[in-house]
Amino acid sequence: MDLAQLQRQLVDYKTSLYHEDFLDEQFTQLQELQDENNPDFVVEVVSLFFEDSDRLLNELTKALEQQSVDFKSVDAHVHQLKGSSSSIGAQRVQKVCIAFRNYCEEQNVEGCLKCLQQVRHEYSLVKTKLEFMFQLQQQILSAGGSIPM
Amino acid sequence: MAMGMTTQSQTQFHVLAVDDSLIDRKLIEKILKTSSYQVTAVDSGSKALEFLGLNDENIDNEDEDEDDQQVGVNLIVTDYCMPGMTGYDLLRRIKQSSSSKDIPVVIMSSENIPSRINRCLEDGAEDFFLKPVQLSDVNKLRPHLMKGIGSEETQSNINKRKSMEDIHPPDRTRARYNELEVV
Repeated sequence: MDLAQLQRQLVDYKTSLYHEDFLDEQFTQLQELQDENNPDFVVEVVSLFFEDSDRLLNELTKALEQQSVDFKSVDAHVHQLKGSSSSIGAQRVQKVCIAFRNYCEEQNVEGCLKCLQQVRHEYSLVKTKLEFMFQLQQQILSAGGSIPM
Repeated sequence: MAMGMTTQSQTQFHVLAVDDSLIDRKLIEKILKTSSYQVTAVDSGSKALEFLGLNDENIDNEDEDEDDQQVGVNLIVTDYCMPGMTGYDLLRRIKQSSSSKDIPVVIMSSENIPSRINRCLEDGAEDFFLKPVQLSDVNKLRPHLMKGIGSEETQSNINKRKSMEDIHPPDRTRARYNELEVV
């Protein structure tokens, strides 16, 4: 695939991510903050998000497996996940977190478990897509091109 | 900028950023640096107090010695929801101490709760940002810093633009508070 094709593929791919609400304008903000002083800023922040989310999802799984669920603790974890997903523009993840918090408030275990499943799913999707997007970007850079914004 | 000149701009402001979230700390730091602020980022209210030279033991220092504030901080930006000491608690502590009460404090929160926002503003916060914080929010901070460290600044002429929906609409209209017109 030639450079121009790769760049076009990247643009189309990014557009679809926004279109399908995987990303929102907060992600654009991140890209705008990236500059020569911090050329890997977006990848760094997103990597932090992946690490943080993996940890939180594990905590949530454990917390919801307890005989007596500590909803305050569950809510605190979801709050963090909601915050970090919002900060990087992972809109679909954020949306599930909102519903998740409502179930916490209602102390509804079933609802929480459903949301956990949903949030794992959405997180996995956006992670895969972002990783693919970064891969495309890397291919373009390796081919000597620049990233179309 | 390859001239090798190392003189710092004299008007570079120093911001102390407080947030327990690593991601948000990284973000706010980048936003502030992009806006040419010098930044110190800490992960808790107690670390912030430590940095400001305000320990829990010695509350209101009698002397207004310059040495009390070892590092010049022109602005404090703090998250609201933090374990232990909330941003609100931190705000109160800062306003209680003679050496720090005149430093403008901005609160950030992911939650749009009018009563929370009002309480912070009433208790001395300059402004309240909804997260995720953006470059444009920080650009509006300049007036807060330019006016100098004056607590005489009247709160009455601050124009609170209200947009206190509980849920962010999908197009994310952002509620802005205390929006000062730059003269």
